[in-house]
Amino acid sequence: MLRIKNLVVDHGAIRALHGVSISIEKGQLAAVIGANGAGKTTLLRTLSGLNKATDGSATWGDLNILHSKPESLVRHGISHVSEGKSVIPELTVSENLELGALWRRNRKESAQSKKEVVDLFPRLGERLSQRADSLSGGERQMLAIGRSMMAKPQLLLLDEPSLGLAPLVVEQIFQSIRDLTTSLGLTVLLVEQNAMGALKIADIGIVLNLGSIAATGSAAALRDDPAVRAAYLGF
Amino acid sequence: MFEFFNTLLIGITAGSIYSLMAIAIVLVWRSTRVVNFAAGGIALASTFVGTTILEITGSFWIALPIAMLAGAALSAFIEFFFLRPLLKRSGEKTQEIFLPIIATLGILGIIKSVLQFVYGDRIGVLTPPLSDRGFIVSGESIALSPLRLMILGIVLLLMIVLTLVFQRTNLGLSLRAASFSPEISRLSGIRVDLIRTLGWAISGAAGATAGILQTTNGSGSVSPEAFEFSLLLVFGFVAAVIGGIESLVGAVAGGLTLGVILAIILMYFGSSLVFFAAFVILILVLFLRPNGIVGVKGGRRA
Repeated sequence: MLRIKNLVVDHGAIRALHGVSISIEKGQLAAVIGANGAGKTTLLRTLSGLNKATDGSATWGDLNILHSKPESLVRHGISHVSEGKSVIPELTVSENLELGALWRRNRKESAQSKKEVVDLFPRLGERLSQRADSLSGGERQMLAIGRSMMAKPQLLLLDEPSLGLAPLVVEQIFQSIRDLTTSLGLTVLLVEQNAMGALKIADIGIVLNLGSIAATGSAAALRDDPAVRAAYLGF
Repeated sequence: MFEFFNTLLIGITAGSIYSLMAIAIVLVWRSTRVVNFAAGGIALASTFVGTTILEITGSFWIALPIAMLAGAALSAFIEFFFLRPLLKRSGEKTQEIFLPIIATLGILGIIKSVLQFVYGDRIGVLTPPLSDRGFIVSGESIALSPLRLMILGIVLLLMIVLTLVFQRTNLGLSLRAASFSPEISRLSGIRVDLIRTLGWAISGAAGATAGILQTTNGSGSVSPEAFEFSLLLVFGFVAAVIGGIESLVGAVAGGLTLGVILAIILMYFGSSLVFFAAFVILILVLFLRPNGIVGVKGGRRA
């Protein structure tokens, strides 16, 4: 359902993505792994409309998603949780959540979504009136994911949710992502430096190296691939 | 004691008007990170609109809201047609960061020239709707007059409305979110471009009110070269900086502080020191409390 063909993205004079092609079926959780500077974040930012593509195409169902603005793509069910705990620290937890559903006309449905997010992350429910900068790193990441869930997305683009979190918290966040994908039938594109953790929960894996795809396959197969293990899993 | 009390009343009234101007400047700074010198021109032009409407209808209470609408429209127009294209093009290079500031100075000049062309030597007259004669307390006339009471009432009402809008409505949440983090706001589905234009529009309405009130509180008439408006712009900026430039609450605190200090200086040291004092206060604040008198270090407030 998500079809990316020969995607080329330039940052000024530097080419960040050299013709990347990726196919993800509906309901799949795909992990994009690779070192710093491999183009993982650029890939997500281009898909959500924050960066401009130089060439290539990307479609979600019948929708051409390149050259659209992020605020319009949200309305088509594509939600991007950007890198580094993407919450607004000055707003309260409650306001951060509501922000994700402001564009939805139906207030009842938005309130229902908020209830669902709080059920999913009860710790957010206990802290609704606190400012987001009073949260721990893990709670902020929950809030960032919770905010994007307020838009009732079908395609979720997650940029390094494990960044800067303690191992135990990383495990919880990854488990929540897996649970969300399965229970809501979401399609998820997860970008991660934590290759092992990401490949454990993913259905398929894509290895990005210096802006090109180095390997792709089922997550289980990539976990067992000696070359991938040596380069990205560290053993 | 009686004299000091009167000075306070004069200072609070003038300060409340500076607060409105400071709010106009803070709103634009927060929504687009532009230092908006055109705010003075927008206030001036809207005040002229107010005087024209007053001339036609004879009613201050029709002239004020129409002047506010005019200020909002002019401000939104400037954002949409001048600043937005400029900001889209300008990058991080030092000379490009100055472009929007120079542009707002240019727009201020253009607005004054157009007013000069249209009105020539004619002045706009803004007859106050209420008496400027002070209330009599135990046989003596105090500085608080029905007119000053009205000015304070209008400013207070506007601040309550703005607070409610910012804290209680979806529009307010969008405005705050877009100023704190445009990118996260866009990813959340907020049309940040539209919200920015609305921020400028609210700023224009606040500036228009400041202009009308400054005129009624002062000479009661306005010319394209009115010195009162240069003062309003400068004092509005000083008040905004005193308040920490990010904060609406700070803008109000800054305006009132400045108004009272300047009134005391005017009373006891004479008018020649007022302008000088405003800049001394500005520099002191920049040195001692660069985040403003209500600012939290490194923090931003709604």
